[in-house]
Amino acid sequence: MSTTADNATNVAIDTTTDSTTDKETTEASQRNYAEIVYNGIWKNNPALVQLLGLCPLLAVTSTVVNAIGLGLATLVVLVGSNIAVSLIRNYVTDAVRLPAFVMIIASFVTSIELVMQAYTYELYQILGIFIPLIVTNCAILGRADAYAARNPVLPSALDGLMMGLGFMAVLVILGAMRELIGQGTLFTDMSLLFGDMAIGWKLVIFSNYPDVLFAILPPGAFIGLGLLIAAKNYWDAKAKTRFDKLHENDEKVSRRVRVTD
Amino acid sequence: MEILTSIRKNSLGLGIFAVVTAGLIAITHQVTKLNIANNIVKAQLAAFTEILPAHYFDNDLYNSKIELAANPLLGADNGSKKTSIAYVGRLQGKFSAIIFETIAPSGYSGKISLLVAVNKAGVVTGSRIISHKETPGLGDKIDIKKSNWMRSFDDKSFTTLAFDKWLVKKDGGEFDQFTGATITPRAIVKAVRDTLTYFKDNKTALINQ
Repeated sequence: MSTTADNATNVAIDTTTDSTTDKETTEASQRNYAEIVYNGIWKNNPALVQLLGLCPLLAVTSTVVNAIGLGLATLVVLVGSNIAVSLIRNYVTDAVRLPAFVMIIASFVTSIELVMQAYTYELYQILGIFIPLIVTNCAILGRADAYAARNPVLPSALDGLMMGLGFMAVLVILGAMRELIGQGTLFTDMSLLFGDMAIGWKLVIFSNYPDVLFAILPPGAFIGLGLLIAAKNYWDAKAKTRFDKLHENDEKVSRRVRVTD
Repeated sequence: MEILTSIRKNSLGLGIFAVVTAGLIAITHQVTKLNIANNIVKAQLAAFTEILPAHYFDNDLYNSKIELAANPLLGADNGSKKTSIAYVGRLQGKFSAIIFETIAPSGYSGKISLLVAVNKAGVVTGSRIISHKETPGLGDKIDIKKSNWMRSFDDKSFTTLAFDKWLVKKDGGEFDQFTGATITPRAIVKAVRDTLTYFKDNKTALINQ
């Protein structure tokens, strides 16, 4: 099993050069849907493992509603661009591959921005420049090149959906942490996304809360993200020790499994 | 010749992509155009009615825009900004109130845009910040969502508050400053005061717009 650093490096290599690594071929031929789901949400989570798309992650996660808004926008772009790239993957030459992908992603993001400006205007104003900045989210071009360009439409779509959900999950958790510690509330301003019925969703966890500025500003976001990554790594390490303990007497069987992997 | 065919093929391919992706944007733009225009007007109108109560005007405020020659009192510096915008509110055709788009040039992190609504008698009916880059938690208390400080201008005029009291308390005036952030409130108080001064100096010209 490759390590976190391995995953991150492999994806970085995938997006910038054409070299084919063993990991890439294995990933490319992965049609197992369960594997795709697990990959996107946990093992290869864009925010906690690949460490991509950190700019919007750190900047807009000051409240839950902002996090959900940007998470949804990124998710829609991811699914859309993965489907589109997968559809054209056999018709685009290597030379113009990346410009074509970027054009697809850029047009999706522009369309999403227009849709948000038309139907969720206040949230659009709050998220401001971070909506068009979705184009620069490396997770999107990364998935397009590493996965969608080598796989059929359905797996690509699922991969985009799972990566998007994994990213959004981290956004929302971080948003909740920062809103709780920074303002002492949860679900403030949810009406920006869900309309008037969501006004009553606001939970004031601590009343008369002195705002903790640190959590609201970017340094708090960095530390929050660091804590989440540490938590995930701790969990993974624990799971591995448990797994190893269970199989410490299966020496011969384990070796054979590894060879045929 | 292989290179030429390759160039031709790739250019054609990329060209098709450009048309398709631009086409998607064009379609979305058309579908959302009306909604977006409505949203912009609605937001602007909502901002207006917050500072100018409805009984002050019966005209189409948003389309009663006038341009005023650059004046440092409104934050226009004759450099990049040659005119200032104002919106005239009328009751039965007669001048009733005016909303100025003023710029406070000396915010802590640069210029701050605000709206100042002044009625015929020279009283500030309300003022709100349009855009700013002030420090979150410190200077951003000028944002009405963060604190009610901007309401301290409501119903004030040079008759109710002498000109030399239009300063922050630290400078000997009447307006609260924020703990840890004096520059921001100072800049806003000055901007509102200057706007009132501009109205006083140009009252006749403005009323006859």
